[in-house]
Amino acid sequence: MKLKNNTNMMGTVKTFALGGVHPEENKLSFNAPIEVLPLPKQAIIPIGQNLGVPSKPIVNRGDQVKVGQLIAEAGGFISANIHSPVSGKVLKIDNVIDSSGYKRPGIVINVVGDKWDESIDRSEEIKEDIELDSQEIIEKIKEKGLVGMGGAAFPTYVKLTPPPGKVADYLLINGVECEPYLTSDHRLMLEKGKEILIGAKILMKALSVDKAIIGIENNKPDAINHISELVKGFEGIKVQALKVQYPQGGEKQLIKAALNREVPSGKLPIEVGCVVQNVGTAYAVYEAVQKNKPLIERVVTVTGKGVKKPSNLLVRIGTPLQDLIDAVEGLPETTGKIINGGPMMGKALASLEIPIVKGSSGVLLMENEESKRKPENPCIRCSKCTYVCPMGLEPFLLVQASKLAMYDMAEKEMVMDCIECGSCQYTCPSSIPLLDYLRLGKTMVGANIRNRNKK
Amino acid sequence: MDNIIIIAVVALGGLGLIAAIVLYFIASKFKVFEDPKIDEVEESLPSANCGGCGFPGCRAFAEATVKEAKENKSLEGLNCPVGGNDVMQEIGRILGLEVEQQAPLIAVIRCNGSKANSPAKINYEGATSCAFAHALYAGEGGCQYGCLGLGDCVDACDFDAIHMNPETGLPVVNDKCTACGACVEACPRDIIELRKKGPKDRRIFVSCVNMEKGGPAKKNCSVACIGCGKCEKVCNFDAITITSFLAYIDFQKCTLCRKCVEVCPTSAIWEVNFKPRKPKPPKAETPKPKEASVIETIAEAAPAIKADKENKEGPNEIKE
Repeated sequence: MKLKNNTNMMGTVKTFALGGVHPEENKLSFNAPIEVLPLPKQAIIPIGQNLGVPSKPIVNRGDQVKVGQLIAEAGGFISANIHSPVSGKVLKIDNVIDSSGYKRPGIVINVVGDKWDESIDRSEEIKEDIELDSQEIIEKIKEKGLVGMGGAAFPTYVKLTPPPGKVADYLLINGVECEPYLTSDHRLMLEKGKEILIGAKILMKALSVDKAIIGIENNKPDAINHISELVKGFEGIKVQALKVQYPQGGEKQLIKAALNREVPSGKLPIEVGCVVQNVGTAYAVYEAVQKNKPLIERVVTVTGKGVKKPSNLLVRIGTPLQDLIDAVEGLPETTGKIINGGPMMGKALASLEIPIVKGSSGVLLMENEESKRKPENPCIRCSKCTYVCPMGLEPFLLVQASKLAMYDMAEKEMVMDCIECGSCQYTCPSSIPLLDYLRLGKTMVGANIRNRNKK
Repeated sequence: MDNIIIIAVVALGGLGLIAAIVLYFIASKFKVFEDPKIDEVEESLPSANCGGCGFPGCRAFAEATVKEAKENKSLEGLNCPVGGNDVMQEIGRILGLEVEQQAPLIAVIRCNGSKANSPAKINYEGATSCAFAHALYAGEGGCQYGCLGLGDCVDACDFDAIHMNPETGLPVVNDKCTACGACVEACPRDIIELRKKGPKDRRIFVSCVNMEKGGPAKKNCSVACIGCGKCEKVCNFDAITITSFLAYIDFQKCTLCRKCVEVCPTSAIWEVNFKPRKPKPPKAETPKPKEASVIETIAEAAPAIKADKENKEGPNEIKE
């Protein structure tokens, strides 16, 4: 298929080739500067925050901890360290409610004051010179517990250590933010642009690549202009404006859009010489490497049509949802669902006690009317789901296979390539919960594959 | 003209004869001996092909029984749950073996988190599949161990023996259950268990699988097992064990004395198909004034308690 190219003031505007949808953007909070949220009374830190193996707690009940102190260490290769986001006393290490509503182990800390670890540089001064070498940078990133900030929370250092025989030649910085409503990356680019670019430089050094592209959708012209202006001081980094199209923020879609390279089925971006990192991750890399600051806080968008003051908040990890909602002047009465993440891929939350974790990019308070699902009707074979699927799958077929428990067929039809973007369900005229069944299929097929590999 | 017909008949007939002779020798050379008893056994089986015995279909089970009988002279470990004792006796007769009588089993739903006992805190609108909902969230009532009520067990049942009760939102097993175990496999939360059917269909079991501590368990469900250990203490037969705040009654040891049911503070232990208890004789002491103001006499109170129990019952009760 041909690349859809458009030309306007921002140069060539690119997008990915296959499928995609364009939901209402609703970027309500794009004008709200990042505000620092006051400290919570109690921080709840689930130990299974990242993709992969949960971390192992190394503190005990009653221990005094400082901000930035290591409280749980990586439990395996795909795992990340967790540092205390607050100072105070460890109340308990017990099962805490996480974003799924399940109770899983976590560390609860009662907040006392705000005492930081001395090794963290808290000055405002921007440090440009990169002193560490490639290996030291990766070590630093691993030690500071960095994970992907786009939502999947994949440990960053794993992405920076390509498997033997694979070489990266491009770094892609993901500033797409294609999910409707969310604006945290947008604000970060406007307010911390220089830091993000230094972060990108650090990542380039770690990967030994000399080319980087920052992909930004053209519904954020101010961010494109701002970064384009700043980028003049950085050699090898380029800004690429992208046509608004969901799910452009997916790694594979971004690579296709920016470089016209296609990641083979079941493979990682490194296969085509690319490493993709979110702008939030780039900023965290800057802080970890230059300021010695672990990943203890992040920008979270709190928004919704009924919200009085849609905001972008700088929140410590472990802050309960309730604190964020108080900061936007309370829960609107018309709220039907509270969603962790954006409206397309986010998950509804079950309780206001649930804490913010490393992967929470936004909290969406969805209106009651919008949040209700329509009754499911029979499939009319319109093939719209196939048309919009950015991975070239046939969602109706995979869903049928999952419903009938024909998981071998689902596997043959590449259900594991589904990126769970939800475009199919968004576009389905019969309101079939396609994504639900796709996720079921993925879970079951994934379990089958793991069992097979064990034998 | 006649010649052509004769030639054709002779040629084709001869060809057929040669082929028949060849096929006869091949068939006798490569003959697979099959014990005629396999067919006999298969005929006595219910032909449900449900897989409840652990073999893929009735034919495979018949082959296994005949093989086992030949090699070990016993049918231990082989059982057709659908056919039950009658069928197993019949198989024993065919194979000339003694078959032990086995207590019939039935599927039991070990959750009583009905809409009343565990009120919904969340409104779930997603796909109607327990397997999916289990991977997604804890459940409408908030209990991460309890029944999700989306009916994967109903879909799995080949015998029309399990249905959802729309009032409680829990599945109900009826006496068509053959204990094939399909629902046990289908339940993502391991709530369904195969237990002894019991004399006169009488059973006692803990209707809860929540392994949380008492407080958090009670928070989500009023009839959760809190692991208090009262039943364990009162049991004279060592039938009850408590592991991670959850009582479990071993149906091999249980004598159906019903003592544990009386002491359970949360009514998590269920008795099924027992006659209603006789009201206890009034105690010598006069009832406390507070109680007296609520209910006039103990005799009247008993039916009230019974009625209350009946309301709470439901998921596992066999309607006769």
